Order: sequence, then structure tokens, then C-alpha cells
Amino acid sequence: MLTKTKPAPEGEVLENVSHPMDRFLRTDRLPHIWCSGCGLGTVLSCFTYALDELGLTESDVGIVSGIGCTGRAAGYLNLDSYHTTHGRAIAFATGLAVAKPDKKVVVISGDGDLFAIGGNHFIHAARRNVNMTVLCVNNFNYGMTGGQFGPTTPIGSRGTTAPYGNYESPFNLPYLAASSGAVYVARWTSLHARRLKEAMIEALTIPGFTFVEAVCPCPTNYGRRNKIGEGLDELKYYSDRSVIKHGADPAEGDLLPGNDVVIGRFVHRERPTFLQAYEQQIIDKQHFVKPQGMGKGPHRMSGATSTDRRESS
Amino acid sequence: MAERILAGTHFLNGDEACAEGAVAAGCELFAGYPITPQSEIAERIARRLPQVGGVFIQMEDEISSMAATLGGAWGGRKAMTATSGPGFSLMMENLGLGMMTETPCVVVNIQRGGPSTGLPTLVAQGDMMQARWGSHGDYGVVALVPSSPQEAFELTVRAFNLAETLRMPILVMADEVVGHMFERVVIDPEAIEIVERKAPNKPPGEFLLYEPGEDLVPQGMPALGDGYKVHVTGLTHDERGYPVLNAETQEKLVPRLRNKITHHIDQIVDYEETDLDDAEVIIVTYGISARSSLGALRLAREKGLKVGMLRLKTVWPFPGDVLKGLADRVGGFVVPELNLGQIVLEVERAVCGNAIVQHVPHAGGAIHDPETILSAIEEVFALAH
Ligand SMILES: Cc1ncc(C[n+]2csc(CCOP(=O)(O)OP(=O)(O)O)c2C)c(N)n1
Ligand code: SF4
Ligand SMILES: [Mg+2]
Repeated sequence: MLTKTKPAPEGEVLENVSHPMDRFLRTDRLPHIWCSGCGLGTVLSCFTYALDELGLTESDVGIVSGIGCTGRAAGYLNLDSYHTTHGRAIAFATGLAVAKPDKKVVVISGDGDLFAIGGNHFIHAARRNVNMTVLCVNNFNYGMTGGQFGPTTPIGSRGTTAPYGNYESPFNLPYLAASSGAVYVARWTSLHARRLKEAMIEALTIPGFTFVEAVCPCPTNYGRRNKIGEGLDELKYYSDRSVIKHGADPAEGDLLPGNDVVIGRFVHRERPTFLQAYEQQIIDKQHFVKPQGMGKGPHRMSGATSTDRRESS
Repeated sequence: MAERILAGTHFLNGDEACAEGAVAAGCELFAGYPITPQSEIAERIARRLPQVGGVFIQMEDEISSMAATLGGAWGGRKAMTATSGPGFSLMMENLGLGMMTETPCVVVNIQRGGPSTGLPTLVAQGDMMQARWGSHGDYGVVALVPSSPQEAFELTVRAFNLAETLRMPILVMADEVVGHMFERVVIDPEAIEIVERKAPNKPPGEFLLYEPGEDLVPQGMPALGDGYKVHVTGLTHDERGYPVLNAETQEKLVPRLRNKITHHIDQIVDYEETDLDDAEVIIVTYGISARSSLGALRLAREKGLKVGMLRLKTVWPFPGDVLKGLADRVGGFVVPELNLGQIVLEVERAVCGNAIVQHVPHAGGAIHDPETILSAIEEVFALAH
């Protein structure tokens, strides 16, 4: 049965009341552009609570987004925020993270942005273990452009470019992230707000490439078109099918029709980050200079730069 | 710690000299993807950056190379990427982002023959118009064109400086021959001037990220974590950096991206004049084509033909006024370039029919034979008299 998202009753709209997390939002940019019933607001709110619990401020965190409904998240966060091109958020974030090793760089973007046009950047940043957290809002479609099918659309689902139902196999995002080298991989739905926030806290705390997938309703372009219903119905639909399995094999994460939606923490492991590996391989051996912001050690000096002199007479 | 500025006299190719120019100018982040004939830049800088506290990242392609370069710049570093034709095409998307977000950085294109994979190891100058118009929408560009390894060094330093002054990506449009030829490169630290990034003119809260100064350039650039809570977007934005999607905001922002260049044109435009005083015909050229042209000029002078040369070190913005001035007093111009007609179009536009303009095309793969340019010169003399 379909329930309609009700408009807020007149007189119950609270004026001049601030949200406890307002300090993380660019309130001068609100109201946001997202539809009622969309999961994006919940994800953004979980993120602000995660920052709050970690005591992170504008001096600590930068947000990078690509393009899409999710991509607009950067513009609502009252932090250094970079709204880049479609699919390139992770590539931009790679430069940013390497330039500022003591800051936390967070990419918030959509499934199409991160895994279709940006898929190559995702797997390579994970492989390099660049120090960044990637939050993917998976709403199973290209929301902003009007509900076309994308790289996570389940087989059989309808999209505006899949009028007879999608026939392409979707990515299993936790499996892709894990096999590409991410050191932390989790999936929750936006109904599991507390768990989602906790996953964000873990992802923000663990050094290296960490990944959280938030399965979210997009009533406007996915839920209604697929007869799931409005935002709440879609939330219920995912949560009814969810099974929490910490430490599950990411290969079990396929979102196929009839399958459970496996949620929880799939991966948590350690390996050197891009800059740690860089330091071990180059700086330690050659006694070269650490990039600024990379640890507090004194700049090591060296008399020998023979490798270079070879080329310069 | 190795020297940032490698003072002394060296024997370097243009690619290596370009890498040294970048390090000398304070480059601390290089993001690139291998491609001939650019790879020697990446190889040199991969060796050099760790010595001076910088980071080299070999990205997965040129799309991400350009994007990471922009990210590095917003992380407070001087950043550069370098490529050749096919990679330059891939960079266009995020070059546009760099123009729209006014991100200082340097993009080097060591041009090879195109279209497509073309002539990977052989020279051309076929990307000159792509440099001007390659990304979608309206914006202005600054493109510096070296003719020698010495200039590859000097103009790369200059590109970093202009990037800071104008707050935008600056292009260095070299070519395969300049990139690969070895020559003497003299690096004199005293002669190197370095422009540092401007700090925000106001404290957080008062500072507007895109409020232009009198020179039309935004007034300072905070790095990630400086407390300014910047919002940087490729969408049309107001002075706060917030997206405002209407004609009025577009009109305030986009013409400024071009006008800030025009405003600084005297500071940007750079060229070298050879034998212009008594010249009746002038060769207008740039990059490696200027080296063949100099040969042609000497041959012509031996024959008693009064020929001069205007060698453009900055092709964009195009110095139309200089050409316009010369058109009033000479019979014609000869324009050799390693393409089928790109910068000659700008020469024709500036000359406006007031003198003969003779193109000397070459599809690329080799440089011009001075005799070919000489024949074009002789033709112009014949037509002008
Ligand atoms: C190069 C390029 N191609 C296409 C687009 C158009 N476009 C904008 S958003 C989008 C899809 C976004 O989908 P997703 O990342 O899943 O985000 P959502 O809107 O669903 O949150 C597309 C295709 C674009 N902006 N740039
Ligand atoms: S189109 Fe979908 S994803 Fe976009 S705001 Fe609306 S509900 Fe959310
Ligand atoms: Mg989507």
C-alpha cells in the first residue's frame, strides 16, 4: 500500500528554532533542494552528528562532492566544501588529501557519480589507500537527471532509460570497495540512522580509504516508478529486507531481487596509507624532506643527492 | 635537502627544464599520467619533488590528474600537471572547473601530432586553438609558448607566477621538439622572481571568496582548514561562492573570467622582436617554428630581403594590438606553424586586411624547412610589390 508523504500541518511549523547541528550547516542556503521523503537529509544529519561526537570542526574536515542530488551535500555543510565535476570528487579529493595530510577529507556523492563516471577514480584511490572517507548515497538511480538506471540499479527495476526494466547487472559496492583495497567498508540504510552515524564515526577515525554505503530512498525517481511508494515506504522496504551481518563476506552484498539486503561492517583492516607508504619507500630511504603536515618529525637533511646530479652537469 | 633552485649551467632537454622550472617556482604537488613526449617531465619531477618536501602522484588518467591538481591547489600547494594531446583532451573537463573556480595551477602540454593518437613521438602545434577553446563555455586563457629548453624553464616559472597573480590555471604550450631537445640551460637564482599565493584580505566571516579586487582577481585564497569554510563550486556562483543559477549572476561572473586577463594584458603579453626596424615582411611565429623561422630570416636577409620576426612567447591572450600596429607599416606577414591554420586566423583578424597574411602550414611530424618559409616570404614580397 502506498502512503503519501504528508505536508507539515499548518501551525506546527516551528519558526526561529535552530537545530542542534545548525553550526555544521550553511543555514543561509536552506531550504535545500531535496524532495520530501528523500534519504539525503538523514544522511547529512547523521554526518553532522558524527562530526559532533568526534569533536571535529571546520579546521579539521573538508567535504568534496561530485554532481547529483547527493553532490549538493557539499554546498549545505558549513565546512570547507568543494563541489567538483561529475565523477571527479575522489580525484580532486586525492590532491586535497595529499596536500593537507593532517585534515580529514570526506567525499559525499551518489552511486552514479562515484561508480559510473567516477568508478575508475574510486578503485584507484582505494588501491592507493589515500586517506579519505567516501560516503556513497545509493538510491539505485541517477536522481538529479530524472531517474535513469545506473550502475547500482537492481535487475528488473524501471528507470526512465530502462522503460522495460533494467537488464544490466549492478555493482555490489561493498565487494567492489573491499576488493579494491578499502580498509573500512560498511553498508547501512538511512533508516538505521544511529548505526549509520556510528559507521561514519568509524570511517572518519580509521586512517586510509574508508567507505560507507548508505542505501537511501529516492521516492521521486525510484520508489514511485518502481511501485515501492513514497520515502517512508521505500525506507520500510529496505529495512524489512535488511539483515545485519558484521564481518560478512562482501561477496554476499549483492542487492539482487529476492536477496536479503546485507548490512553492517564488512571490512576493517589496516594497511599503510598512500602517504605512509610514500614516506616508507621514499623519504626514509632517501632522507628526503617530509611533505608539510606529514607528522611532526624534524625535516631530515641530506648531503647526497647523487641521483639528481647525474642528470645535471 | 636538495636545492629547490638548481643553480648553475646544465644540459637539459625542454621537459626536464620545465620540471626544474616548476620546482624552482615552488611546485609541491604534481599529478600526472605518462604520455609521450611529456613523460620526462613526470620522471624528473618524481625524482625532484621528494627532495624538496613535495609529492608526486601518478594518477589513473589525465581526467584525475587535472582534478587532483586542482585539489592540491585548494590544499594550499602550488600544483602542476603535464601531458600531451590525448591527455590534454581528457583534461578539458576539469580545466574548465579550474577556470570557473579560479584555481591557480599550471598545465603543460608538450604537443605531438594529432588528431587522436596521431604521432606519439613527433612534433606538432595542433592544440593551439584547443588551448583557447577546449573546455565548454566562455573563459579566458593564458598560454605561454617556449622555443627552447631555457625558455621551458623560464616560462614554467612564469606560469606559476601568473597562476597566482591571475588566480587561474595557466597553460604552457610547448611541443615535442622543444621538449626533447637538449640545450644549455642556465639557472640563476638571482634572476628568478617568485610570486606567492595571496592570503585572504579579510578574516573568516568577513572574507568573500570571490569578491574581486580592483584588478578583477579574487582577493586571496584560503587553503583547506584555514577556518574560512569556503564553498567552491563549478556552478555559477556569487561572491560568497554560493551557487546562484540565473542570468544576472552569470553576467557578473563569467565576463570577469575573461576581463581579468584583459585587465593584466600588458603584464602578460611577451614577445621577442628580431630585425623589425626596417622589416617589410614579418614572420609571426612561436615555439619550435620560431627556430626554423630564424633560419628563414637569415636566408632572406642574405638575399637582401628586409624581413623581421615577431616571436610570440605568449600566444593567449593573443597580442592583436601589436599586430594591428605593425600591419600599418609592413607589406605582409608570414605565419609558419605546425598545424593547418590556427594562430594565423588570429593574425588575419588583427591585421584586418591591411596587409598580406601568408600561412605556412605543416601537418606535423617534422619541423618546417627554412626554405619553405623562405619561399612564402618571397611570395609575399612578390605580391606586396
Ligand atoms: C560529464 C557530465 N555528464 C553528465 C552530467 C549530468 N548528470 C548530473 S547529475 C547526474 C547523475 C547523478 O546520479 P548520482 O550520482 O547517482 O546522484 P543522485 O542524483 O542520484 O544523488 C548526471 C548524469 C554531468 N553533470 N556531467
Ligand atoms: S530526486 Fe531523488 S535523490 Fe534527488 S532529491 Fe529527489 S528524492 Fe532525493
Ligand atoms: Mg543516485
